[in-house]
Amino acid sequence: MIDTMVIFDLLLAVAVVALAVASMTTRDMFAAIVLFVVFGLLSALAWVRLSAPDVALAEAAIGTGVTGALLLRTLHHVQTVERKAAPEPLPVPMGVQIANAAFCGLLTLGLAAAFAGAPRGGPGFDLLVADAMSISGVDHPVTAVLLNFRAYDTLMEVVVLLAAVIAVWQIERGLSDAPAPALGEVWQGFARLTLPAIVVVGTYLLWVGSSAPGGAFQGGAVLAAVGLLLLLSRLYVPRPSHRGAARVAFVLGTGAFAAVALLVTGGGRMPFEYPLEHAKTLILLIEGLVTISIAVTLAALFHGREPVALPERAAGTGGRDDA
Amino acid sequence: MTPLELIAGALIALGAVFFIAGTVGVLRFPDIFCRLHALTKADGLGLGLVALGVGLLAASPGAVVRIALVWFFVVVASATCSHLIARHALERARRERS
Repeated sequence: MIDTMVIFDLLLAVAVVALAVASMTTRDMFAAIVLFVVFGLLSALAWVRLSAPDVALAEAAIGTGVTGALLLRTLHHVQTVERKAAPEPLPVPMGVQIANAAFCGLLTLGLAAAFAGAPRGGPGFDLLVADAMSISGVDHPVTAVLLNFRAYDTLMEVVVLLAAVIAVWQIERGLSDAPAPALGEVWQGFARLTLPAIVVVGTYLLWVGSSAPGGAFQGGAVLAAVGLLLLLSRLYVPRPSHRGAARVAFVLGTGAFAAVALLVTGGGRMPFEYPLEHAKTLILLIEGLVTISIAVTLAALFHGREPVALPERAAGTGGRDDA
Repeated sequence: MTPLELIAGALIALGAVFFIAGTVGVLRFPDIFCRLHALTKADGLGLGLVALGVGLLAASPGAVVRIALVWFFVVVASATCSHLIARHALERARRERS
């Protein structure tokens, strides 16, 4: 039994590396994206084989699902813009190429050094975490680490998303969109059928996070798919007047997380040191609000720009709706 | 090995055969529509048989329901994807002809 699983693991490892190489070397950008998505799915399977279902869920939902959608969206945008404006894409300057190669090389070297310097085998932090589970407020070790023991790291991850959406809204200010492709009635039916199911799955992933694999990032990424479906089917069109609500949703997770971390101080406690009797409530509160922020932020990143009031185009084109 | 495990194993193996047949179809069939045809057969029937086999081995009724839901949504999503790809290919062919 062990032997067959080793063969499976070896095949999986070879397939993951082969897909990564194929995705980077292919010249067809669409094929590269498809290969990247398959690479992500097999990576998720590899995480399952490494007994890390939380990472597998995150990889499948964020690394593959949402990132794949973002890449396809970008490709559609780039192709439409290029067809309109520049017929010949400019070659990347040599200096940029060298700088990119240098940074990637440094990153690889750093990872190799970290890998070589890491302690081999041993229990790692398993025992420490198991000992502290009773004071964490939740039943699932991964959630205890992410939202309690190493909560500062998780706060920074939420901040990264916030910074990303701020940057996107700054850069893409007012750029008009490529026309959305018509997807047909079958797709509309699919969206209607799956929308409620996605809401249920996303909420379930968030709720189950305190006792089993799941949590804010996985649930948020699944709920972001609701936003993607709404945007793609044009059931929801972002308007300039919605910007205030969107900004509140972007900041909600980071703000609540940081506020809780600071408010629990006092009485000799450190930031993030939740009082035991309220630990579960506070963690669920943070996770719920962070989930909303993640879902809205990812959907906004997919939309790709701040909705601004464009000057009215020729009558009847409905230019404002596209903003 | 209990009879139940034997039946489950046979169903999963049969499902794997459909996946292999679907893969061969994608590699060998001449155009995009034939390939999609091969692909959806693998997804729907192959995954259905695998899900049936795994469902027989599942520990709880809740797990069986979840496996059935996974199969259902994969089938719906794969059928919709195939439809979108075929639709796109058809439109492109029409554009190029005119």
